Amino acid sequence: MMLEIEMVGHSYAGHTALQDVNLEVAGGELLSIVGPSGCGKSTLLRCIAGLIRPAQGRVVLNGAQIDDVPDNLAVVFQDYSRSLLPWLSVRDNVALPLRRRGKPKAERRAAAEAALATVGLSGADGMYPWQLSGGMQQRVSIARALAYRPALLLMDEPFGSVDAQTREDLEDLILQVRGDGMTILLVTHDIDESVYVGDRVAVLSRAPGTVIADLQVDLPAKRDQITTRELPEFVHLRAEVGRLVRGGAPASQAS
Amino acid sequence: MTSRNPASRRPSRIGKWLRGLAGLVVLGLLSEILGRAGIVHRDFLPPASTILGRAVSLAGDGYFLTNLWSTIKAWAIGLAIAVGGGVPVGLLLGSVPVLNTAVRAVVEFLRPIPSVALIPLVSLILGSGQTTEVTLIVYAAAWPVLFNTIYGLQDVDPVAKETMRTFGFGRLAVIWRVSLPSAAPFIATGVRLAAAIALILAVGTEILSGFGQGLGTFIAQAQQSIDGTKDVLAGTVWTGALGLLVNVVLVQGERRLFRWHHAQTGGRS
Repeated sequence: MMLEIEMVGHSYAGHTALQDVNLEVAGGELLSIVGPSGCGKSTLLRCIAGLIRPAQGRVVLNGAQIDDVPDNLAVVFQDYSRSLLPWLSVRDNVALPLRRRGKPKAERRAAAEAALATVGLSGADGMYPWQLSGGMQQRVSIARALAYRPALLLMDEPFGSVDAQTREDLEDLILQVRGDGMTILLVTHDIDESVYVGDRVAVLSRAPGTVIADLQVDLPAKRDQITTRELPEFVHLRAEVGRLVRGGAPASQAS
Repeated sequence: MTSRNPASRRPSRIGKWLRGLAGLVVLGLLSEILGRAGIVHRDFLPPASTILGRAVSLAGDGYFLTNLWSTIKAWAIGLAIAVGGGVPVGLLLGSVPVLNTAVRAVVEFLRPIPSVALIPLVSLILGSGQTTEVTLIVYAAAWPVLFNTIYGLQDVDPVAKETMRTFGFGRLAVIWRVSLPSAAPFIATGVRLAAAIALILAVGTEILSGFGQGLGTFIAQAQQSIDGTKDVLAGTVWTGALGLLVNVVLVQGERRLFRWHHAQTGGRS
């Protein structure tokens, strides 16, 4: 297993956000983590990113416990406009993380331009983030993550702030760019999205969040917004996830 | 593609200039009428044309230019030291909260003292030369730089910092690549305030210490001489022009450098 989450629990000032979370993710897998708002999804993601240390349990990446931000990891945040640096051009934003890796300038530039082409933003290299629409800005932050070539890509409600059409386009973009052995964790509260994008869906309960279901998504690898969503498997699975999310209480608390 | 263009909501730049100019013309005319009509005695307030004429002729006066240059030099050195010290100290205090709380008490005690009130004290200790002048400028001008740096750092977006952390940048790298550029527009505003304060302290110190060189010395000496009023006023006009020039240059520089900031805040700050 590439990523092992063992009995992770965390609380903020008396509020227990996560409790006894156990999850395993294989290399190359795309795991959707879905749950009602406030169930600690983002907290879990931040524990994996090494931004916070869980109060209980541990997160193990490739056999080593995560204490600090692991190398080979990228995060796409929901707030693209706050995550991108407004004083840097789109190209420089994408190239900046590679500087930390000590890549020479020409290589950084080439990688940035290639990543921007992948997300369909070839023409926008020299523009500034604030000159772009929300959907385009989120494409830039996805390009920034891709250019970095992370082994593990974490996405925290990445499409929560864009309109429905853009959301579908970006979901397809994720399906298109996955591969190359990149493992992806996508946190979302959107039930359809979790099924449409994921290989597996982990459902978290209401706070304190814990894993109440871990479902395999048996849909063809090649998916599209119309036909995949009308497949009986899709309809069935989204209903099941929906019931779990709405019912949301852990088994011990359910009457 | 440019989604927000704040310029379109404001009066045009030429319109603004014209309005400003109109104000100046009215002020000039008023002073001209008061002087020429004899409502105010000419020795107290010469007509605007006399003052401006004298101010222009001073541009060719070697003695005056030496004084002007001396003030500019003290101002520039003092401001440079204030910025060079204020920004790093502000970065340190702004990124280490423990230090900030520890220093706060001292700062809160020192800050309310008007810097001009320190002129006699510092002159007493350091004598009345350029050292005194520069010291006072540094002391007074460092505050806005320091506070705006700290304030700017508090305004840095935590998401931007976390993003860079997840890409493996260390604490110092995040300060250098995110916090400092993000705080730069605030720091620049601090520098602009500091530049104005530095000019007040430069001229003020020169006037109060009474000898040496500088615009303030020129004004103070003119005050003592017969028919010196127009020199006093012409010197004052130069001081104002200097302050205005510095401000215009800095504001334009900020506009150019921090286009991204204005685009984000809609030009509010």
